[in-house]
Amino acid sequence: MRETLRLGGGAGFAGDRLDAPVHLAEHGKLDYLVLECLAERTIALAQLRRRHDPATGYDSRLEQRIASLLPILVRRGIRLISNFGAANPIAAADSIVAIARRLDIPVKVAAVTGDDVLDLIDLDAPTMESGLPLSRYAPLVSANAYLGAEAILPALASGADIVVTGRVADPSLFVAPLMHEYGWAHDDVDRLARGTAVGHLLECAGQLCGGYFADPGCKEIPGMADLGFPFADVTPDGDAVLSKVAGTGGRITVATASEQLLYEVTDPHGYLTPDVTADFSRVALTEAGPDRVAVRGARGRARPSQLKVSVGYLAGHVGEGEIGYAGTNAEARARLAGGIIRERLGDRFPDLRIEIIGSTSLHGRALDSNTRPYEVRLRVAGRGRSRADAAIIGDEVEALYTNGPAGGGGARKYVNEQIGIVSTLVDRARVESAVTLRQWSSHAKAV
Amino acid sequence: MPKLYDLAHCRAGDKGNTSILSLIAYRAADYPLLARRVTTAAVAQHLHGIVRGEIRRYELPQLGALQFVCDDALDGGVTTSLSIDAHGKSLSSALLEMQVEP
Repeated sequence: MRETLRLGGGAGFAGDRLDAPVHLAEHGKLDYLVLECLAERTIALAQLRRRHDPATGYDSRLEQRIASLLPILVRRGIRLISNFGAANPIAAADSIVAIARRLDIPVKVAAVTGDDVLDLIDLDAPTMESGLPLSRYAPLVSANAYLGAEAILPALASGADIVVTGRVADPSLFVAPLMHEYGWAHDDVDRLARGTAVGHLLECAGQLCGGYFADPGCKEIPGMADLGFPFADVTPDGDAVLSKVAGTGGRITVATASEQLLYEVTDPHGYLTPDVTADFSRVALTEAGPDRVAVRGARGRARPSQLKVSVGYLAGHVGEGEIGYAGTNAEARARLAGGIIRERLGDRFPDLRIEIIGSTSLHGRALDSNTRPYEVRLRVAGRGRSRADAAIIGDEVEALYTNGPAGGGGARKYVNEQIGIVSTLVDRARVESAVTLRQWSSHAKAV
Repeated sequence: MPKLYDLAHCRAGDKGNTSILSLIAYRAADYPLLARRVTTAAVAQHLHGIVRGEIRRYELPQLGALQFVCDDALDGGVTTSLSIDAHGKSLSSALLEMQVEP
C-alpha cells in the first residue's frame, strides 16, 4: 500500500476561479483532483435549464474547466472527481468526451446517477425546516438525495479517469478515493471520520488558504490575487498534512484551518454525512512547517440510516431597487425616500424590506453608531405575485429621481426568480445509485 | 473595553435559516476569557433583532474556539430571504463588535 495519497481541492463553488485548479494540477503532484461545484440552489437551477434543453443541466462552466484541465490530468495521471454533473451527470460525461475527441485525448468518464429522487419522494413527508409536508411547496423543481462515497466507488473501480456526479455530500467526494485506494470499509468509522475532516477542510478550496480569512492589519494574507488552492497528503489511517504549491499566494496556518474546520458545522460532535457521523471536537491542528498544517484526531460513529434530500421549489419573484445619496444629511434623505416608498407600496407588498446600505442594510442597525457615512444607498426589496408585480418595486425606486428627495443618483432595479430549498429525509435503501461509462479512445486507434 | 475583534476571529456559515458562527481565539491564553464571557445569553443580547431563535454554544478548547449555532437568524432562510446578505456572511463582523470585560 502507498504511504500517502495526495488529494487536491480545485473548486469551492461553481463560480470559483478557473486558473487556480490548473496551476494546482500542473504543479501539485496530485493523485486526485476534486472540484466541488454544487451549492444548495445550484442543482435546482440546473434542473430548470435541463427542462428547457435535455442536453444541459450540468455546470455551465464545465467545458471551460475541462478544456484547460484535461491535457494536464492525462499527462500527469491525475484522476478527477467532481459533482459538476449537477442535474445531468450523463450529459456532462458526454460533453467531456466531446471535448476529449476535439483535443484527441483518450479518456474514460464515469457518470454517477441516482441522487435525483423527485419521482420517488413522499409528498406527505415533513420538511426538516418547518415540519410542513413537502406538498405545501409544490410545484417542486428538484429533489436530490445526498449520495455518499460508496456511490462513487464503482466509478473508481471501473478505471475511469474522470468521475462526474450530481448531488453527493461534499466531503464524500474526497472520502471516496481514500476508501478506494486504502480499502477502508464502510464501518471503519474512525478512518472515515478522519477522511471526512480532510474533505471538509478541502471542499471550499481557497477558503483553507487565506481566502475569506484576510483582514488587513490583523489577519494578513499575501498574494491573494494568486491564491494557491490546497492539497492534503493523507495516510492509510486518515491522518493528513494540508499544504499548497510553493510560490503561490495565500497562506495555510492553524488559524486558517481552524476557521474552515468549523465552517458550516452545526454540531462539532456529530457532523452528519452519508458516510459517517464525525466528531471534530478532538481534532488537533498543528503547524508542520511553512504553509503546512497537520490534522489528526477526528473520531467516528455509525453513519445515519437516512439520507438528506434537498428539495428545490419556485418561491416567487423578488423585485429590488436602489438609489444613492451623498454629503451632509445623506442618511436623512435616504430615510425620507424609504418613507415615501413605504407609503406608496407598503399595503401592496406586506413584507417590503427597506434599508440603507452604508448604515443598516446588513445587520438592521449600526452596531457602531459613532460614524456618519459620507454616502449611503437606499435599498428596497419585496416579493411579488408575478414578475410584473415584483418589477413595480424597482420602478417606484427609480421614480424617486423626479419625485423624491434631493440629490438621488445611481438608481438600479432588478427582478429575480427565487428558488427556495427545503430538506427532507429518505431511507437509504430507497436510493439506488448507478454508473454509466463514456469513452473516447483517440483518432489514432480508431483508424 | 476590548472588543471580541481584538481577541478572536470568526467565520460565518449557513444552513437553511441557521447561522453558524465560529469564534477562535488568536492566543490560546484568551480562550478561558471567551468561554467565561461569551455566553449564549451575551450573544443573544448582542445580536438582538438579528438572531430570533435559540442559540447553542459548543466549546472546543483543543482549537481555542467556541461555536455558536443560531436558529432563525437568516430572515427565513438563505434561499428565500429578502436580505442583501442572504447567507448572513457578514454576521461574523457583527459578533466581533461585541465588547467583553477583561
